[in-house]
Amino acid sequence: MAGTLAEKVWNDHVVRRGENGEPDLLYIDLQLLHEVTSPQAFDGLRQENRPLRRLDQTIATEDHNTPTIDIDKPIADITSRTQIETLRRNAEEFGVRIHSLGDVDQGIVHVVGPQLGLTMPGVTIVCGDSHTSTHGAFGALAFGIGTSQVEHVMATQTLSLKPFRTMAITVNGTLKPGVTAKDIILAVIAKIGTGGGQGYVLEYRGEAIRALSMEGRMTICNMSIEAGARAGMIAPDETTFEYVKGRPHAPTGELWDEAVAYWKTLRSDDDATFDAEVVIDADELEPFVTWGTNPGQGLPLSADVPAPEDFTDDTSRAAAERALEYMDLVPGTPLKDIRVDTIFMGSCTNGRIEDLRAFAEVLQGRTKHPDVRVLVVPGSARVRIQAEQEGLHEIFEAFGAEWRQAGCSMCLGMNPDQLKPGERAASTSNRNFEGRQGKGGRTHLVSPIVAAATAVRGTLSSPLDLDPIDVDSRPAAAAAGEQKTA
Amino acid sequence: MDKFSTHTGIGVPLRRSNVDTDQIIPAVYLKRVTKTGFDDGLFSAWRKDPEFVLNQDAYRSGSVLVAGPDFGTGSSREHAVWALRDYGFKAVLCSRFADIFRGNAGNQGLVAAQLAQDDIEQLWKILEEQPGTQVTVDLVSQQVHAGDATFRFDIDEYTRWRLMEGLDDIGLTLRHLEDIEAFEARRPAWMPKTLPARIAD
Ligand code: SF4
Repeated sequence: MAGTLAEKVWNDHVVRRGENGEPDLLYIDLQLLHEVTSPQAFDGLRQENRPLRRLDQTIATEDHNTPTIDIDKPIADITSRTQIETLRRNAEEFGVRIHSLGDVDQGIVHVVGPQLGLTMPGVTIVCGDSHTSTHGAFGALAFGIGTSQVEHVMATQTLSLKPFRTMAITVNGTLKPGVTAKDIILAVIAKIGTGGGQGYVLEYRGEAIRALSMEGRMTICNMSIEAGARAGMIAPDETTFEYVKGRPHAPTGELWDEAVAYWKTLRSDDDATFDAEVVIDADELEPFVTWGTNPGQGLPLSADVPAPEDFTDDTSRAAAERALEYMDLVPGTPLKDIRVDTIFMGSCTNGRIEDLRAFAEVLQGRTKHPDVRVLVVPGSARVRIQAEQEGLHEIFEAFGAEWRQAGCSMCLGMNPDQLKPGERAASTSNRNFEGRQGKGGRTHLVSPIVAAATAVRGTLSSPLDLDPIDVDSRPAAAAAGEQKTA
Repeated sequence: MDKFSTHTGIGVPLRRSNVDTDQIIPAVYLKRVTKTGFDDGLFSAWRKDPEFVLNQDAYRSGSVLVAGPDFGTGSSREHAVWALRDYGFKAVLCSRFADIFRGNAGNQGLVAAQLAQDDIEQLWKILEEQPGTQVTVDLVSQQVHAGDATFRFDIDEYTRWRLMEGLDDIGLTLRHLEDIEAFEARRPAWMPKTLPARIAD
């Protein structure tokens, strides 16, 4: 029978088919853990005297609470320190592999999985973190779960779940210069809404998706959850295999051949039916930014701040009114006139090496706007090392940006990297919720190159708004594009 | 988990859509390592506003939340459910829940009942015209009663059964241990293994 990519991976993981309205029992190949959503799950195991069933399919890292400066000193915030120490103690007690602060493989959980080669096509991956959808870029079925489910996976290596519905998001055509993966996904969310993907696995397909690097694909799958979807997926292809090959935990020799042979079957059949379909034309996309307080409240950068009256239904109108008040924006203002105080370059959406390269390429040879503060936070310790090997940190520092240690940082401000009340950020992260980046802080979601151009001009901008500079003066960035990615 | 069949308590009208889990409980409260005591973090930014619905005497001790569409979107934090539960909420009524939130609610004995948006609007009206109105959420008949009005709600059949029986999902799954072991025996060898740990050269 014809099937979609998501259905194929699902069906290959059914331990037990549910009957009479019961959910299926689905096998989980890999569970990723971090300090925020795991302590209560470990506690649950302890209370019931249950072991963690598959230590060889479990890995932990510290990311949400970790400081991005002075990482050799004890963590100043006592509650953050307690949470991290709790994870370390739990990992030791139960025997879980952990990458702690200072370790070469520490970093944001969704950056660490792919870089170790643990994220691969055709596997099921969960984490107590909604952005687990990131890993779907490899053709894995990967989704976020709550702490009770984390405990369930620890104890049984399975989850009881009803099959998800499927939605095809076809992105035809070619992106214009200055338009990136981030703009695709912001446009998708603006189109289908923050609830539009609920209950669905979104499969991104089409020419423009095929043309993306793994980093770009991860950016897109990462934000599937912002459309309410359970997961995002992209069928694996040569780009995927090339990325996985040679990584520490990638299969080798005959196992590699066997894996690739199977991975090649992982695509939606031509006659497969999706429960819903959306088509987007890449040629028409522009750089996208958000103006409101949910990721669906976005517009092309060339547009003006909308007015509540522009929305026809009561709920959207009320939401827009509230958002404009919180964001302190006047309808009709060109988005490009909005001044920002802070640029946050990082997160599991855009904290990978390619993102840092793109950011550096725009900055190089240019001067920072005097009123903005620029925070550059690599997604993992390894991304940091690679960026330094390529000399990117010198570009950041020469520009006047702060070059930090790896972690979630200002994406959610659980560590000291926070916006102050009333401050406005252009952020490469994924959520512009009220107070997300610090109490009273205001967030505009943007791509790395829009973040960079904004750092130069001090108002929301695209690289195309910048005065051209002498290309010959920027050899490092051009060369950087040739190297293999972390 | 306690068995749930029916609950009656004060209904709280929350006229907002897209109430994400960052609003239900901000990240600063997530640093705790315990599973209870999150009530102080519930809607913490909004609770500073004296006009906020939970700061009004008639609604303060509410236990049935009636919210706008897309409740519980965003982060997967189960803390959002713990905070609602610790505050005293037994049920949330809404026309569209975020999936992860709904799953978390089911695992913690909080009823996430899905009603038509028209019914939610009617409930808001009833609760605002007569603050302090008692709302009954009957899981057996899948009905909500408020004043003279009765509405039907949807909830996943399996979740309803587990809530009514008060069953722990892990215990249920472990009954199928043999199936899990049989599945593991036929998994391909190329599947990812975290141990022994390998790092890049
Ligand atoms: S970077 Fe942000 S979105 Fe990603 S895991 Fe960390 S907190 Fe979550």
